[in-house]
Amino acid sequence: MRGETTDAGGWSRSDAVRMGAARALSVPGIVLFGSFLGFGAFARAAGLDAGQSLFVTIAVFALPGQVVLVDQIAGGAGVVATAIAVTLTAVRLLPMTVAILPVMRTSRTSIPKQVLLSHFVAVTVWIESMRRMPDLDRRLRIPFFLGVVLTLWPICMIATVLGYYMAGGVPLPISAALILLTPLYFLLSMMSAARHRIDWLAIAGGLCLGPVFHLYAPGLDLLWTGLAGGTFAYLLGRARRA
Amino acid sequence: MNGVGAGVWPYLFIVLAGFAATDLWRILGVFLSARIDEDSEVLLWVRAVATALVAGLVARLVIYPVGDLASTALTVRLAAAAIGIATFFIVRRNMLAGILAGEAALLAAVWLVPG
Repeated sequence: MRGETTDAGGWSRSDAVRMGAARALSVPGIVLFGSFLGFGAFARAAGLDAGQSLFVTIAVFALPGQVVLVDQIAGGAGVVATAIAVTLTAVRLLPMTVAILPVMRTSRTSIPKQVLLSHFVAVTVWIESMRRMPDLDRRLRIPFFLGVVLTLWPICMIATVLGYYMAGGVPLPISAALILLTPLYFLLSMMSAARHRIDWLAIAGGLCLGPVFHLYAPGLDLLWTGLAGGTFAYLLGRARRA
Repeated sequence: MNGVGAGVWPYLFIVLAGFAATDLWRILGVFLSARIDEDSEVLLWVRAVATALVAGLVARLVIYPVGDLASTALTVRLAAAAIGIATFFIVRRNMLAGILAGEAALLAAVWLVPG
């Protein structure tokens, strides 16, 4: 199968784009399609219109941040509080970006081009790209990455709009299932990405503290959950390692 | 029903609190990628905070859901999540299998168990 070939000798850049697109159209595309159907339904439930929902997917393109953003909007939070909550979920994109760019760029990739590429650093894209790119000739890596994102981005946009309109007209169990997709996808993708004890402690801490802070510190609950759960995980993970 | 409003403001809100708040880190990542060690202490802590925050959101979305998911029983949602997680691990950390199993469990419970 040519999709499994790692010797890039005779490959053109457009071959690499096609290979990235083919990867994106399998499991990652299916998962994201379903998850963004769920996001579209969630955005509608939160009171956004279809254009606003689509714009969130285009502008943010990172599901956890999108859900936090929409959740905060629905709760009537201000722009500063919302930006803080969203930015905290997006911090994870920093190490992901730091890790992927040295693998992806060539010596001739300009900073503006890297900034443009960085907009598409999101969990699913990152997992797929990091898994495949190291086996590719360096000149083919950005084309491969572009093949992945230029397939997944439109899939997410289409699914957002479809999910938005389906949420009103589908049976209640289906609509409920679409909304459940988002937390399931988050949880399992976090577990897929978890490598160290700290990651698992942070997942457990967040799961336990989230509902507690929701009751006792509504509004800033995600912030407190992240700070308390994350610091707990960091300290405990550190202590155990020492 | 629409508590968001119309016109330009919602879009500007999304640009400021969504796009800028997110891509700030991506762009910072571009500039730090030349120098910063991915396993530095500060990033370990920061990533733990972000992970816990998203996990907290997961718990909230399951325990205090929005929309039509709120019409299902809490035990059904928790069982669906547990079945999804168990399947994920049984099928060697396969995300799709875990998600499908969790969804199937929710639908089965809603359709087959009356009330």
